[in-house]
Amino acid sequence: MAEEKIKEVPRHNRRGMPRPKIKNPGKLFRRVLGIVFRSYGPQMILVMACIVTAVLANVQGTLFTRTLIDSYITPLKETADAGGAVDFAPLAHAIARVAIFYGIGIAATLTQAVTMTFITQGTMKKVRDELFAHMETLPIKYFDTHAHGDIMSVYTNDIDTLRQMINQSLPQMLNSLITIVSIFISMIRLNVPLTFLTLAMVAVMLFASSRATKISSKGFVEQQKSLGRLDGFIEETMTGEKVVKVFNHEEETKKKFDELNEQLYESAYKANAFSNILGPINAQLGNASYVLCAIMGGVIALNQSAGFTVGALASFLTFNKNFNMPINQISMQANSIIMALAGADRIFQLLDSEPEKDSGYVTLVNVEEGSGTSVQVTAENEEDAAQMSDELKSKIVSGLTESASRTGKWAWKHFHKATNSTTYVPLEGDVTFLNVDFGYTDEKMVLHEVSLHAKPGQKIALVGSTGAGKTTITNLINRFYDIQDGKIRYDNININKIKKPDLRRSLGMVLQETSLFTGTVADNIRYGKLDATDEEVVAAAKLANADGFIRRLPQGYNTMLHGNGSNLSQGQRQLLAIARAAIENPPVLILDEATSSIDTRTEKIVQSGMDKLMAGRTTFVIAHRLSTIRNADQILVLEQGRIVESGSHDELLALKGRYYQLYTGKKPELAG
Amino acid sequence: MVIKMKKTSTVQTLGKYLGEFKLPSILTPLFMVGEVICEMVIPVLMGFIVDKGIYGGDLQYITHTGIKMLLVALCGLACGIGGGFFGAKASAGLAKNLRGAMNDNIQTYSFSNIDRFSASSLVTRLTTDVTNIQNAYQMILRMAVRAPMSMIIAMVMSFLLNPRIASIYLYAVIGLGIVLFFMMRSASRYFQKVFEKYDGLNESVQENVSAIRVVKAFVREDHEISKFQKASNNIYLMFIKAELKVAGNMPIMMSTVYICILLISWLGAHMIVSGSLTTGTLMSLLTYCMNILVSLMMLSMVFIMISMSAASAERIAEVINEKPDIVNPENPVMEIKDGSIEFQNVWFSYNKGSGEPVLKDINLSIRSGESIGIIGPTGSSKSSLVSLISRLYDVTQGSVLVGGVDVRQYDLTRLRDGVSVVLQKNVLFSGTIYDNLRWGDKNASEEECRKACRLACADEFIEKMPDGYNTYIEQGGTNVSGGQKQRLCIARALLKKPKVLILDDSTSACDTATDAKIRRAFREDIPDTTKLIIAQRISSVQDCDRILILNDGEVAGFDTHENLIKNNSIYREIYESQTGLGNDAADFDSKN
Repeated sequence: MAEEKIKEVPRHNRRGMPRPKIKNPGKLFRRVLGIVFRSYGPQMILVMACIVTAVLANVQGTLFTRTLIDSYITPLKETADAGGAVDFAPLAHAIARVAIFYGIGIAATLTQAVTMTFITQGTMKKVRDELFAHMETLPIKYFDTHAHGDIMSVYTNDIDTLRQMINQSLPQMLNSLITIVSIFISMIRLNVPLTFLTLAMVAVMLFASSRATKISSKGFVEQQKSLGRLDGFIEETMTGEKVVKVFNHEEETKKKFDELNEQLYESAYKANAFSNILGPINAQLGNASYVLCAIMGGVIALNQSAGFTVGALASFLTFNKNFNMPINQISMQANSIIMALAGADRIFQLLDSEPEKDSGYVTLVNVEEGSGTSVQVTAENEEDAAQMSDELKSKIVSGLTESASRTGKWAWKHFHKATNSTTYVPLEGDVTFLNVDFGYTDEKMVLHEVSLHAKPGQKIALVGSTGAGKTTITNLINRFYDIQDGKIRYDNININKIKKPDLRRSLGMVLQETSLFTGTVADNIRYGKLDATDEEVVAAAKLANADGFIRRLPQGYNTMLHGNGSNLSQGQRQLLAIARAAIENPPVLILDEATSSIDTRTEKIVQSGMDKLMAGRTTFVIAHRLSTIRNADQILVLEQGRIVESGSHDELLALKGRYYQLYTGKKPELAG
Repeated sequence: MVIKMKKTSTVQTLGKYLGEFKLPSILTPLFMVGEVICEMVIPVLMGFIVDKGIYGGDLQYITHTGIKMLLVALCGLACGIGGGFFGAKASAGLAKNLRGAMNDNIQTYSFSNIDRFSASSLVTRLTTDVTNIQNAYQMILRMAVRAPMSMIIAMVMSFLLNPRIASIYLYAVIGLGIVLFFMMRSASRYFQKVFEKYDGLNESVQENVSAIRVVKAFVREDHEISKFQKASNNIYLMFIKAELKVAGNMPIMMSTVYICILLISWLGAHMIVSGSLTTGTLMSLLTYCMNILVSLMMLSMVFIMISMSAASAERIAEVINEKPDIVNPENPVMEIKDGSIEFQNVWFSYNKGSGEPVLKDINLSIRSGESIGIIGPTGSSKSSLVSLISRLYDVTQGSVLVGGVDVRQYDLTRLRDGVSVVLQKNVLFSGTIYDNLRWGDKNASEEECRKACRLACADEFIEKMPDGYNTYIEQGGTNVSGGQKQRLCIARALLKKPKVLILDDSTSACDTATDAKIRRAFREDIPDTTKLIIAQRISSVQDCDRILILNDGEVAGFDTHENLIKNNSIYREIYESQTGLGNDAADFDSKN
């Protein structure tokens, strides 16, 4: 059975649902309108004109009933009753005139619908694209601190409610408002006291529905709570259903389920019942309003006061009937607009989130050796100068020139403001940490005084228990997070000065949880180097030991991968991740070895792929495998954010300290 | 035709679960009919008011008819409220019963039934799908009766008032109905396609959110943005095409209404002049005109709603109709004599025996109280082998005996209590540690719980927790580490005091020392229990009485550690790859 995506329960636009509380709805509303108007100003004006036209045409149509009866039918009838000749020509003209009004109304409605489609979809696309483009600039911290489900819901639910608001609620609201105003004007022109009577009944209606809404929204809140409880229980038991079986726990599960199910039924029943009766209450109060107006209007019309004719009363009664509908509409649309604004609020929150800061100016460029003009060495400040080794200085002087073509040689292009000069430092992969302090929040530090030096080509193994700070260290090298104190240098350049994209391009990464993208196998490997040729892709796959299994796939390198490569085994996915890093060919690698139990044979293949990838590169490896650790040039043992021991395998064993304990599983003192 | 048949049976399946909510299900449409009748009577009364009252200049008539109208309105209100309450009761009740029925059936499922659906799909069916049905059912009870009723009554009333004019409505309704039907059908197909694409786009967002580290590490933000914009633009174009298909709906509706009004006005004027129609009747007819066309619009919405919920209904029916494929035998054996296990010519494949065989001709004999290690590469069917012992799956061929009796003859509950399995993918449930432990034995005393934890080496970390054994475990056991979770699961399984204990890779996240300690405790404290231990690490099994090596669904060796080292190449290969002190992965990882 194919895995079904858990679909979001659609947010119902039901009457009587509780309104979400939002701060500053006016500002949000203006901002949404701003987005629409900025791209579709003229079209929006066209839409508004269409709405006004359609409403006015509609009102003309309603007024026609009175004209029809008063000015045509009644006189005609009187003429006919009096035995005179009946001429239907004026009536035909009148009908033709109204038909034109109707025609205009229909044309306006059609224009509005078509224009609105372009506006809505265009705005949706714009919001979507902006959201995505902005999301890609957000720091890792954002993704680590926000539930992925919440981010997704912005793209699905919130955009959808916004679409409904722009496409339906706003035009309908405008339509209703204009209808109300024009009917109101028509009514007040016909008869003032009757108009006030109608208004009074509207007030009663609004009052009654606000009371029922209060009850039903309480019910909906209750329903949401019981739904949450039941959903949570379902989620838990369905995931653990096999355990339920193993422990013969079916009866207990049923009992608990039935209890929660009953609670949900009770609250769902109540909430929906009160929501359901809102409609009938309003409709019948509308009828009452009609009757009252008919009686009062009858009194006025029969007294023939103020020229209020019978035809006028008939028209008034039609207006009275048509008046209630837009008022109900507005209160319903107001609900969905507020919901949409709550969604817009979340959209804007994402759009307003601070993007990753990058004040780096050192860039990575292709260089050629020799021939170029030599560059003057000037460290931008004394500190830099002091830290520049003689060896490095000599390299800079050696003279590298920038090249537009892919030379295969890279250098850091470093512009020095003070001296207005540019130096080129070859990319080698030398990484140092100097007294680095770091915490994901300022309150709680997770790394303390971490210092290390990885020379080009060295393999550094990070070991220690979960939460000791191994992954954190790797997060700092590529500046997924920025440090609070201390210094990190890459090829002796403070990494804060290096442009982030260039820094990251010089670092390869193979994470424990392999993330693959929808696309072919080749696309996924090429992710490391977008312009890689097919030969390069195959070469990288071979280096990663992935070529073998890829060729056995149904379409080889062109096999489509879906859902994070769910059609591949875990080991195969790792091999692809290695190939992806291999094709990027970076001087520094960050590896996070998988801990999960892949079997010994696959593990060997993955291991040898990793080994080939590591050869000749500075590598930081979060190590779980013994062989990796033993072959490391340096092993850093981390404990609670501090490096407690460092050295080679043999050195550390001789220490009989924490490493010895981890390695042998024995407490040092027992080992004697 | 076939599809239609299937839908009928789906409706029948779901209909069975109305149960005590049959009465409200019948009352709701009745009330709705009442409301519709009231709503239809009102325009007639309105017509009378205008005709006889206003044009007739009879104020008393207006008042009398007005009061009648108010009474009808009151009656309509009562019906409306009744319909609202019973409709909510019936639909919420159906939802409750469907959920209950699904859950009851799921609790009888075997492992292979569960595999067929997958957990996440069951969750969707129990939640989203039921909500869809609840909303659709309420809609059907209230609208599906109301809309056609109001259309029919309005039509009948119009015919009673004036057949000539009413026939205009009939043509209008038929014409409009046909046009709407075809427009909706072609549009809904289009929308279906758009929504599929839309799902694809959302998936790519999802992909980016979860793979953001890779995107950033490879500096592929711009690449992803341009990929997204291309897909987004495609959807934009498709959406516009689909929306334009329905953009004509409203204008067509309006045209029909207007044409009707104009025709009626023209014809009506002639009739009034000739004395065959009154002004009041004309106005009533105009009201019915609107009524009929609005009902038609509503009806088309009901159809959309029903067709949208049809898929949900089918998914629910699937769960309810699924037959559990492992059930208790008649006259089951209630007692397990001892912990001996025997496999006789066992073949096994998933999917009710239709898949590739994953176990091929297995013959094993294990004495009661023996400890057996099981080792082999991924996919060698270690888990499948042990799952046959507690009858989580049934063998395809051959038989599995526990205590000398075929497992298919035991009472399922007794068998699973006697054969305790610690699953590889294990879960703890929200509740205290005691609550979780007592899954193994409802009546276990605190002392017994503690003892089980001691055996599983779980006592140390539990006692360090602020609330000790009363510590609340969050859903999914997120507040304990992997190793701690495994040890709690072992303790839970021990509380059953089983004859056979099976650990399926259950100490992989514990460090070697703890692992060894647990095994020592087993040896010393439950010597009579047969123990089967699946592991990746040789160190976890090398001191077992015998070690079973599985390869590709076949027994590739079954002997003591010493003999296997000498004689078995697969075993030797694994052993050598885990050289040295028998350490590997978990050692540097686990937190005590």
